[in-house]
Amino acid sequence: MEEYSKKLMDHFMNPRNVGEIKDADGIGEVGNPRCGDIMRIYIKVKENRITNIKFLTFGCGAAVATSSMVTELVKGKTLEEALKVTNQEVADSLDGLPPIKMHCSNLAEQALKAAIEDYRKKHTKQ
Amino acid sequence: MDIYFDNSATTQINKEVLEEMMPYLTDIYGNPSSIYSLGRRAKKGIDLARKRIASSLNCNINEIFFTNSGTESDNWAIKGVALANKKRGRHIITTSIEHHAVLNTCKYLETEGFEVTYLPVKKNGVVDIDSLKKEIREDTVLISVMYANNEIGTIQPIKEIAKITHEKGIYFHTDAVQAVGNIDIDLKDLDVDLLTYSGHKINGPKGIGVLYIKQGTKITNLLHGGEQEKGKRAGTENVPGIIGIGKATELATEGIKQKAIYLENLRDKCINGIMENIPDTILNGDPVNRLPGNINVCFKYIEGESILLMLDQLGIAASSGSACTSASLEPSHVLLAIGLPHEIAHGSLRLSFSKENNEKEIEYLLTVLPNIVENLRRMSPLK
Repeated sequence: MEEYSKKLMDHFMNPRNVGEIKDADGIGEVGNPRCGDIMRIYIKVKENRITNIKFLTFGCGAAVATSSMVTELVKGKTLEEALKVTNQEVADSLDGLPPIKMHCSNLAEQALKAAIEDYRKKHTKQ
Repeated sequence: MDIYFDNSATTQINKEVLEEMMPYLTDIYGNPSSIYSLGRRAKKGIDLARKRIASSLNCNINEIFFTNSGTESDNWAIKGVALANKKRGRHIITTSIEHHAVLNTCKYLETEGFEVTYLPVKKNGVVDIDSLKKEIREDTVLISVMYANNEIGTIQPIKEIAKITHEKGIYFHTDAVQAVGNIDIDLKDLDVDLLTYSGHKINGPKGIGVLYIKQGTKITNLLHGGEQEKGKRAGTENVPGIIGIGKATELATEGIKQKAIYLENLRDKCINGIMENIPDTILNGDPVNRLPGNINVCFKYIEGESILLMLDQLGIAASSGSACTSASLEPSHVLLAIGLPHEIAHGSLRLSFSKENNEKEIEYLLTVLPNIVENLRRMSPLK
């Protein structure tokens, strides 16, 4: 089997920002248990900036590591900046993903987008 | 620590086996079909290997054929019997939990005008004999049922199935890749028509397999070419591999009952330790009627590849039936066939022991595994 990069293994063994945010401003969940991948991202937003972000993931090593990396990449960024993060950027930041695992970085990007969308939906209601 | 718990995937080569092979990799390089001394010595080596296998499994020497792998043996048995007997009928029966070497061969034959029935199995992975009997038709020519399952370790009632098939005049093949060396096999008593196994699962070399073909079985060739293997399997013989599987079979079948007791003891200690210390765990397969060194469990709410990666970091090699370890998006067809939902099948762990494993290694696993599962569950959105 193709090997994971050292950086990816570090993010898998010591994932950053694991957990839930009880009073999250936005929550995004993608994937489904049937396929063996679920990512849930929680964000706290203050003055249009992601001040806190956490994730819970059911999935393989690449799924955990991409979740961890995407939370690192967008923490402290404005929502617009965060929305510009692509799956390729997530993969590159982990020193690459085996081709068969590229869908994991897609999931990470989508989970983040879903969380921001959720925040904006709730926000415009107020 | 380096702990190898994946002996159903492949095994370490036995030193005695390697020693017997060495001269055939170096000095005795002659072609066994050649007339001069160097060729005759190679031929003698092949004869000895065949003799050892025939006496270990209790069959005639002219019923043992060498192939390149278990996969080739399965392909030959199924395609060879199907094609040779197609005038009698085009129906084949197998099970839904076979190895892909059998399943995909059957699927190929479906594209060539054969009909295949894939029998369901009970929750414990055992074939339902009554449904097998019901599926037998006038035009059924071959039944193929694996001896023991490579994932969940369930052992099938092969002798009983052989009896049923023979009462109906149908050929019976069994893929015994996981059984040889773990279960005592006496071919005269078992009475199957064809049996597959391979060298590297029994501490022999890779790239060598055996197909036992009972005398009188109507079968066509898979490979066409020279007159090797009595004109039934062409290609210059893999002499070192043949020497290797011959010696490996002899060693694997010696003292097999004591070895099974040793492995069962390790297995049950490990199963009990896992079930007692890790909540929300399912033992897959049959608790008793299973390979002596096989464990297959599902940990709810987590995914198998993650478990394997964490075990690997601690020096433990194991395997899983999760989609992420199979290069497809589907989890193991075997776990689905025994009725597990997808999300649970993704969280499977298979441990397969050999006589090289010991209690200390099991104890080490039992100290680290509960933490691994707990850590991954803490990360999981499923509860």
